[in-house]
Amino acid sequence: MIAGVRPNWGLVTVGVLGLALLIGLPIFLDLFGLLQVTLYAIFGILALSLAFIWGYGGILCFGHSAFFGLGAYTYAVAVINIGESTGALLLAMLLPAVLAAALGYFMFYARISDIYVGVITLTLTLIFYNCINSTAGPAYHIGDALLGGFNGMPNVPSLNIPFLPDETLEPLGMFLLCGALLLIVYFALHGLLVTRFGRVLVAIRENEQRVEFLGYDARLHKLVAFSIGGALAGLAGCLYVAWGNYVSPPVFSVVQSAQMIIWLMVGGVGTLLGPVIGAVAISWLTVKIGTQQVVNASVVLGAVLLVFVLLVPRGVAPMVTERFVPWLLSLRRAAVARREIAQGGKA
Amino acid sequence: MSAPLIETRGLSKHFGGVQAVRTIDFSLAEGELRCLIGPNGAGKSTFFKLLTGQIKPTSGAVLFRGIDITALQAHQIARLGIGIKTQVPSVFNGLSTRQNLWIAAARHNNRKEATQAVERQVERLGLGRFADKPVGQLAHGQRQWVELALVLCGNPDLILLDEPAAGMTEEERVRTAEIIREINRVHPLIVVEHDMSFIRTIAQRITVFDRGTILMEGDVDQVFSSQTVRDVYFGKQVAA
Repeated sequence: MIAGVRPNWGLVTVGVLGLALLIGLPIFLDLFGLLQVTLYAIFGILALSLAFIWGYGGILCFGHSAFFGLGAYTYAVAVINIGESTGALLLAMLLPAVLAAALGYFMFYARISDIYVGVITLTLTLIFYNCINSTAGPAYHIGDALLGGFNGMPNVPSLNIPFLPDETLEPLGMFLLCGALLLIVYFALHGLLVTRFGRVLVAIRENEQRVEFLGYDARLHKLVAFSIGGALAGLAGCLYVAWGNYVSPPVFSVVQSAQMIIWLMVGGVGTLLGPVIGAVAISWLTVKIGTQQVVNASVVLGAVLLVFVLLVPRGVAPMVTERFVPWLLSLRRAAVARREIAQGGKA
Repeated sequence: MSAPLIETRGLSKHFGGVQAVRTIDFSLAEGELRCLIGPNGAGKSTFFKLLTGQIKPTSGAVLFRGIDITALQAHQIARLGIGIKTQVPSVFNGLSTRQNLWIAAARHNNRKEATQAVERQVERLGLGRFADKPVGQLAHGQRQWVELALVLCGNPDLILLDEPAAGMTEEERVRTAEIIREINRVHPLIVVEHDMSFIRTIAQRITVFDRGTILMEGDVDQVFSSQTVRDVYFGKQVAA
């Protein structure tokens, strides 16, 4: 029953596993490993932001890195000027959300088709990339923050405990924060998707005209969803800069946007867990390839995308839930049936 | 005489040089079931889309309970109490029947009431056998009924049906006719249809369209005995 309350064992499993990883990983991993999984958690949040608007809202945003990059630069500029990360973090979510709302207003209220939404968002991120790339030199600064052009902004302060600028987060604290935020975003989006807003959003993905015929304003729903996605991408951008203490124009790059789309296609569009798995797996693969220096990472990513499009078009998570789990259950049922027949024979 | 539930005043729609609908004055009373018929290209589907806000008129106005709804968006028209069933079933294919209906019922009900409304419509239209299957996997006729149930879940003041029996088997058409008659006990309806045998089973009053205008209006016997209507349907040129 759609509105009924029943335990969702999948969600419980994710929660237990997530908490176990959050507590267990710092025990087993060295500093490098901990920094890597922190980055995976940040990319997981970024993947969730796109999963929400594309997988559930049906809004294909080809330039999602625009919001990621804006969040990253907003944090860097704000934290340098304010000298404290709490307000900078909030601004890093607010600004991308406002940009997404403004852009969404013109796109959705003009009722432009999906393909043009993709083109406009892609163009936006290219504009950001080129603008920020051209800000080299001392003339380009916002307050005390030098933008740095293609060299980027080094020495960006880490996150600190709210309103205590001297209490910055060490790698362990950063890992715990990013891991916890990943879990919070995952469960919050799950919660949102079972509300009326979430269900209408999915219905819009299925048939926007019918949603309008039922009296819902599809444009407003898409606008809100797009803004939430923008805010979450901004959060990921902020965490990314705070993690590496550095930001440069490639955060706006098309490659960054393309990677997000690959994460979703590998993990499974229309799920929340799949994109997180996709983000972690592809990021891990990219790091491994980068360390070995044998083949170019972009070639491997392209090959991975091709394989998934051709062989697992719906992604890993749907394949597991729709094929693998039913297959396991059928094996179990068959084993039970065989046991019953054997017991009946003995009786 | 009471004010009409919905009316059009001088409604026209041009597509380039083609006049699809020409200065139509139409009205429907509370509780009425009106069938709109006409040969292909008569303008009835364009007229339907003008009523539902899917396209905007070149000139003229559409009034619902005296309110001018001509410039309103489709969702605003729906909120005023007009339910629409399109010619090709417009449903949420990836969702089950119950999930489809819940979306419709939840617009003006809380969760519990929405669930109850869904079960009422599942029962009313006999959708129980396939209520938890994805609608995209259902037969065409079943999807037509799901769409009808979607409309009913919104409890509209007026229901507009565009070819509700299209693509159905004979058995499904009989059932659909029963459903429409049953719905009309509570809701006024406008039904666009060109299947004359189906029209005979449901119609009370009929409006005949031809070349973008209203050719005649009358009860079933008047329309079916009209030589003019026969000429239009069988291709004889009607004197202008």
